[in-house]
This record gives sequence, C-alpha cells and structure tokens, in this order.
Amino acid sequence: MANTLLDTVWDMHTVRRLPNGETQLFIGLHLVHEVTSPQAFQMLAERGLRVRYPERTFATVDHIIPTDAQQRPYADGMAEQMFAAIEENVRVNDLPFFDRSTGRQGIVHVIGPELGLTQPGMTIACGDSHTSTHGAFGAVAFGVGTSQVRDVLATQCMSVAKPKLRRIEVNGRLSAGVFAKDVILHIIGSLGVQGGVGYAYEYGGTVLDGMSMDERMTICNMSIEGGARVGYVNPDATTEAYIEGREYAPAGDEFQRAAAWWRSLASGPGASYDDIVTMDGADIPPMVTWGINPGQVTGVDDVVPSLEALDGPGRVTAEEALEHMSLEPGRPVAGIPIDVAFVGSCTNARLSDLHEAARVAQGGRVADGVKALVVPGSQRIRAEAEAAGLHEIFQEAGFEWREAGCSMCLAMNPDKLQGDQVCASSSNRNFKGRQGSPTGRTLLMSPAMVAAAALAGEVADVRRMVAS
Amino acid sequence: MSDGAVIDRIVGRGVPVRGNDIDTDRIIPARYLREITFEGLGPHAFEDDRRALNGAHPLDDPRFAGAGVLVVNENFGCGSSREHAPQALLRRGIQAIVGESFAEIFFGNCVTIGLPCVTMDPQHVESLQALLDEAPDAELAIDIDAQQVVTDQGAYPAAVPASARASFLTGRWDALGQLLENADEVQATSARLPYLTGW
Ligand code: SF4
Repeated sequence: MANTLLDTVWDMHTVRRLPNGETQLFIGLHLVHEVTSPQAFQMLAERGLRVRYPERTFATVDHIIPTDAQQRPYADGMAEQMFAAIEENVRVNDLPFFDRSTGRQGIVHVIGPELGLTQPGMTIACGDSHTSTHGAFGAVAFGVGTSQVRDVLATQCMSVAKPKLRRIEVNGRLSAGVFAKDVILHIIGSLGVQGGVGYAYEYGGTVLDGMSMDERMTICNMSIEGGARVGYVNPDATTEAYIEGREYAPAGDEFQRAAAWWRSLASGPGASYDDIVTMDGADIPPMVTWGINPGQVTGVDDVVPSLEALDGPGRVTAEEALEHMSLEPGRPVAGIPIDVAFVGSCTNARLSDLHEAARVAQGGRVADGVKALVVPGSQRIRAEAEAAGLHEIFQEAGFEWREAGCSMCLAMNPDKLQGDQVCASSSNRNFKGRQGSPTGRTLLMSPAMVAAAALAGEVADVRRMVAS
Repeated sequence: MSDGAVIDRIVGRGVPVRGNDIDTDRIIPARYLREITFEGLGPHAFEDDRRALNGAHPLDDPRFAGAGVLVVNENFGCGSSREHAPQALLRRGIQAIVGESFAEIFFGNCVTIGLPCVTMDPQHVESLQALLDEAPDAELAIDIDAQQVVTDQGAYPAAVPASARASFLTGRWDALGQLLENADEVQATSARLPYLTGW
C-alpha cells in the first residue's frame, strides 16, 4: 500500500521511540521569533547548554514590532527589552537573524517560504501555532510551546506523538469572489474548531491542485483553528516553481535532484487515511465569522444563526458569542457596521492578498469613521507591492500603508482596537480580546472582503462590489 | 540530567470554569507575553474574563480561593501555542486540570511543565462542576495511574493518554533529559536527510 507524505516524512525523521511511546523527532528547520523564545534561551543557559545545530535555526522579529514609527530605542520599553533579548540571544548563539536592517524581516511564517527555507519533506517547528502554514509545501510543520523551543534549540529534536491523518478534498471550482480564506473558514465551520484535534490534515482535490502557493499557505495556516496542529498539501509542480531561485533553495543540478525527491514524497493513489472528507468548492460563498471562534462562521448572504438552530454544547458558546458581539440572532451578516479594517497577518498578507484587496479598493474611498490599515507580511512583500503601485491605490482610497509585522492580528504592538470597536480582519482569530481590547470584536473574512467592508463601512458582499 | 518528580496523585479543592473553546488568549492576554520571563504571570490568569465579570468569575469567588484543580469543559486551551497560558495557571497554584477535552498544543505544554490534564465524559464533568458549586470545600483526588477522579461522593472514571501517563508516573514529563541522551543517533538521523546532505 502506498505511503502518505506524513508517514514517509515521519519515518525519515524518527530518531527513536521514547519510553512513553512518543517519537523523538528530528526537526529539519527551526524558526524563532522574539515573543516565545526569550524564556527558552534562558532555560538553555540555566542548564549550561548551547544551540546544538545553529545552522538549522533562523530568527526574525514580527509580533511586537511597531509598524509605524521605526526609531530605536522603541518608545515602548517592554518592546525594546524584548528586542534586546533576541538580539543578544542570536548573537551569543550565532544564529542567522533577519531583522529590519537585512531587508528580509517579516512574519516568521511569511519569510520562511519567501527565503526558500521552507521546503517539502522537512519537519519544521516554531514557537507559534501557525507553523502549520509551512505545510503548504509538503512539510510536516508543528507549532510548539516555549519548553519545546528549548528542546529543539538544545537537541534539534522534540518529543511528539504521531497524529492520525484526515484527507480533506475540495473538488469542483470556486466561484468568483471566493478565495482560499473562504475555503478554510468553510472547512472549519463544517468540521468544528476541535474537529482536527489529534489529526494532521492533508488538503487536496482539484481546488487545492489549482491553487497558488500563497493560497495553499492561507489554507494550511488555519489548520490549527480547526484543531489540527499539522496541515499540509502534497508537493507538485506549483511547489517547485515557487521554490526555484529563492535564496536558500537548492540550485542547478541540486534543484533537479531535490525536486525529484520532493515529488517522490507525495501521498500515493492508494494511500490509506484515518478519515476522508470531501467538499464541493461550488458550495462555498464568501465567509464571515459572527462569533468568538473561527468555527462560528457563515456565508455573507446568510444570517447570524438563531440560538434555536444550535443544539447542545455549541449553544452555550454561541450565547456567549452573541452577547460579546452584540449581534441579534437572525440578523443578516451583510450590513454589520465596522469601525476598523485590517488587511494583514500570516494568513493573508502576501502579495496576492494585497493585489486582491487593492482590486476592490481601487478608485474607492474608505467610509467615514473607519480606520483602515494594510500591513504587508514582510519587507520584501512591501517592496514588491510598492513596485506594483499597490501602496498608492491603498493610500488614495484612505488606507494606511504600514511596515511589515503581525500588528493588529494580536495587538502586541501599538495597533489595537479601542473599546468595543468592530474590526473586519483578514487575520485568523476572532477570540475575545485578541485584537487588544477586551471588549473589541473581530469579524474574520478574506482580504477582498475586508477591503469591501472598509469602503462600505459595513460587512458587504465583495461579489456585488466587484460586479458593480 | 535529572528528571522531575513523579506525579501520580494530586489532591486539592476544585474550581469550575465553565465554557467550551476557552482559548489561550483568554487564559493569558497577549499583553502579558511582553515579559521576557514567566515569573509574574500568575495573578493575570483569565484577567480580561475576570474583569468583565467584575468579581463574579469563579477564580475570584472566595469559596474557591486556594483551589488547585481547574474543572473545565470542551477544547480548553485552543488557539495560540503560548506556554504562558499553562505557566500562568501553574503559577496561580493550579496543579491539575480536569475537563471534557483539551487542545493539543496546550495539552503538550502542560505535560512538559508537569501539569496533568485529565479528561472525563461530559456528564461527569457536569456533575463534578455541580458538586463544586454545592460543596466548594470538597476535596478531589486525581489518581493518574488508576485514571480516576475521587471525591467523597464516589469515583469518576477519567482518562490520561498512555504517553502522558507514563511521563508523569516515571517523573520524565520534561522530555529534555531524554532528548539529550542520544546525540549519536540524532546525528545519524540527520545524515540520512537529503536536504542536509546536499541531495
Ligand atoms: S500574524 Fe498573527 S497569527 Fe500570524 S504569527 Fe503573527 S500574531 Fe501569530
């Protein structure tokens, strides 16, 4: 029977089975950012250990970095302290560090692929749950906690249980105005926010086959929102074309040999899965969340569900959600007024996302009273977008054009919601308090839908805006 | 490298924190991730939820003061991988969490820092939460090996996955010691990876 990519990659990286039954798994690529690493470096130092494979760990700064004023020392003393810590840690341990001076800084899950560090067949770890993003390349990529960051620094290994595997096939075609973000929100809405616990998700089907790497990254990024720690797409010609020529990618003959190996890893036609789910792309509309987790989501032309429609345990969470969101059950999702529009995050701040948002914003005007910002995922994306003139389109429409970082995705920098503001956001989490105000409210949607909401001042169906 | 203490039995009073899908942003808001140590996190656990409830959150209920066992519902700890969440609970004096189900990264983070998460059927969690409402002084004993939660009223069947159980019962819940044991095998594994050997 044919193996799955998960089996092949797992076996190849298995050092041994630990006495507790978990696998000691070798990690091929370790990515580090400023927020979840200082305690790990400190634990390492306390035990008198050094980084074991410094050439396999790469660091950047993204979470806390201001995306407006740039001068060091930062006005925010704690941000400054956190920067000083990572600078010292990469210096002492001699780790490659992509800070702003390199022109290669950005959200860790954006720059890994962009630099060609992320490759098929690797195991990848990072102290960040959205490490699943890298699975778009056919890597097995895990989000880990700080103690495991320490483990990987000290040994290049982690102790982990092999997940079960669910294949999610999306076939058919997507309608105009429907994007990768809508597909993954639809998947999470169908399978639930804990449907993936204990599973890795393998995404496939004709919709995934036809997607660009940017789109596949959006899908894999939000695996964790569906409970799955790992999500991946089998490598193919699209994967190879993306990687070829990138800074850390193999070149020449090596590239040919690498590409042949990458292709050999893909799950074969008779591979067996613990579960298979199939969906039809034609059934997916532009999606908008109405609640406080990403599974509380519906089509833009639908209504906020009535509590009667929700049975069992979901109902308690829904009641809490509707109260936090101050939304009436049964009201249409379209027309919910917004205060802030955020295009950014490791889910949707790549060049193609900015293009889609700009297409909607072009020639329009951000509604009165709405604060709209565009935060590119990396310095390089920012430069490419500027070369294409996207910043002018955004600025003329009244959007702020920012430097690269996580920004209002988790509001660890000065970009925060105020009070009970409502934000249309292209990020991945609508948790209570996520965007910096405990009473703030987040509506997740695609970048094009965020741009549409910014112009309309309320949730709007992007299919109508583009058509009209 | 020394291992940690054997964790086989946790005895303490419980505090029910109800709700499904309680994410790590709620357990510890991101603004507390700006500290470069875990030390001061304890008092900030559930800060925004507690502030919103204005004293009515179970963690602020004097009847539950000093409780060491959190009793929660489904998918507890979902969202961000921040170890700050279990660290904040641990530093607040939580020694074990009993719930219907846990998010995976959160569960793993808890094992690594010696904080057992034990699952029980929904109806048992509900009856345990109800028991605590009525008798907040009730003592709970969590037996990791026997996989049960024992109260005066009787024993509830519980579950701890085999790997976590083995880790707690041998005191080897912090994996680093074991991962450091076999540098040669690690080297041998890396030597068969095409992307490290130049294809
Ligand atoms: S953009 Fe948001 S989700 Fe992505 S790494 Fe940054 S904070 Fe995390």
